[in-house]
Amino acid sequence: MRKRFLAAANAVAVFGALLLIWQLILWIFHVQPFMLPSPWAVAKAVVARFPSLLTSLAITAEESLGGLIASIIVGVLIALVFAQSRWVRTMLYPYTILLQTVPILAIAPLILMWVGAGTAAVTFIAFIISLAPIIANTTQGLISVDENLVNLFLMHNASPAQMLLKLRLPHAVPSLFVGIRIASGIAVIGAITGELFAGSSRVGEGGLGYSILYASTQLQTDYLFALVLASVVLGFSFFFVVMFLEWHFLHRWHESALVPETE
Amino acid sequence: MSATSNVPQIEFDAVVKSYGTGRLVLSGIDLTIEKGEFVSFIGPSGCGKSTVLKLISGLTPASSGTIRIDGMTPKDARETSSFIFQDATLLPWRTVRENVGLGLELEHAAAELRKKKTSVLLDLVGLDDVADAYPRELSGGMKMRASIARALATNPRLLLMDEPFAALDEMTRDRLNEELLRLRAEQGWTAVFVTHSVAEAVFLSTRIIVLKPNPGRIHAIFPVELPFPRTADLHESREFDNLVTQVSHSLREALKR
Repeated sequence: MRKRFLAAANAVAVFGALLLIWQLILWIFHVQPFMLPSPWAVAKAVVARFPSLLTSLAITAEESLGGLIASIIVGVLIALVFAQSRWVRTMLYPYTILLQTVPILAIAPLILMWVGAGTAAVTFIAFIISLAPIIANTTQGLISVDENLVNLFLMHNASPAQMLLKLRLPHAVPSLFVGIRIASGIAVIGAITGELFAGSSRVGEGGLGYSILYASTQLQTDYLFALVLASVVLGFSFFFVVMFLEWHFLHRWHESALVPETE
Repeated sequence: MSATSNVPQIEFDAVVKSYGTGRLVLSGIDLTIEKGEFVSFIGPSGCGKSTVLKLISGLTPASSGTIRIDGMTPKDARETSSFIFQDATLLPWRTVRENVGLGLELEHAAAELRKKKTSVLLDLVGLDDVADAYPRELSGGMKMRASIARALATNPRLLLMDEPFAALDEMTRDRLNEELLRLRAEQGWTAVFVTHSVAEAVFLSTRIIVLKPNPGRIHAIFPVELPFPRTADLHESREFDNLVTQVSHSLREALKR
């Protein structure tokens, strides 16, 4: 308990120190506010434009979450196909790598052309970018079942459905969560990147990426910082929600989810 | 032994097994395992003793020759048999109780029956206290007990065991050996057991088959005429010692060439 408190206190202290360094840089080098606003100015921007900040945050959250959920559903379905045979995997796996390596900046304009600017396009970009880790990890989980467990099921004349639902899928859950953890981070990045191109279909309202672009053209650097801060908050929230879900589903039986005891 | 007339007889007729590239694992096995026997296969690694179990269970087909279990093919006989693997092979996401009930569940047994049967078996192997724990919370010996309970839950008449106690310490192994014989006395099955340990084979079996490697074939057969019920004291008797010496000697012979 005391250790945990100390750890939290240290984290706060580091944050304070960073703010102090930030402020010192401003004082020593006389930086223009439009180049680097003071922490205080950023805080004021957060308060003053809180409603629109929250709107942007909500839009981006919705797009990232939509993309992530779609990638989980589609990714697991593709992994189920991949798990059927080595032949299918060798035939199709290169395309997963393609999915992973194609620069999202390069295909975003294409997606805009196809889907049309707006929330749908951004969700689609978040979906595309977060799909590969879900497929790769879930496939790994589905096919790495211990041979004797498979034999055990065979001895009881298990049907293919039982083999899948009672053996392969539960066995793949920890790997799926590894995939979701990676995907949740890049879904947010994908959505923000997408918004830089796709902007907004709603007049004057847009996600974090759109607003960041807008704020930068207007030299509203303090608000730009506030938006970056909001992006960080969004990324962290996704990460912690996934961590919590992972812990919730796995902690009773799986080693990876064991939280080390403090003290 | 109760109800031995009900349990199966296993016949090997000129059974040959080779894998993929033609590597011969077993060559020309002729053998009959009688109803209610407890037969142990022992031999150096590479002699195909695990393959014998895989053939009886139908997990792998014979390359030539036939295996009949009460006249049935191994695959058709699966319903009457259970397999206990070397590691406990429990599903880590299921509690001990849910693991023990797995076989019944896969065979679509009614929930009521499953519940009753599972409780009886948990009790029988002494795991009722930890029924709702997950496998990772159990010791190696407890995991193996759960695995045995799971195998027995489907009322097998043929029990196939592939070095089930190899990973356990000697004391736990001795205790589980005794328990296995107690369960056999109560339920009566035909048992085929694979082990590395001569003492374990002598303690458990009614017959020991020593295999010889490259390719695997029968080197010697030892009937074990020690009376049942057998308890840990048996380890100290002269007859036990003699037999262990004889089998060990034969095992060394089998390795020579």
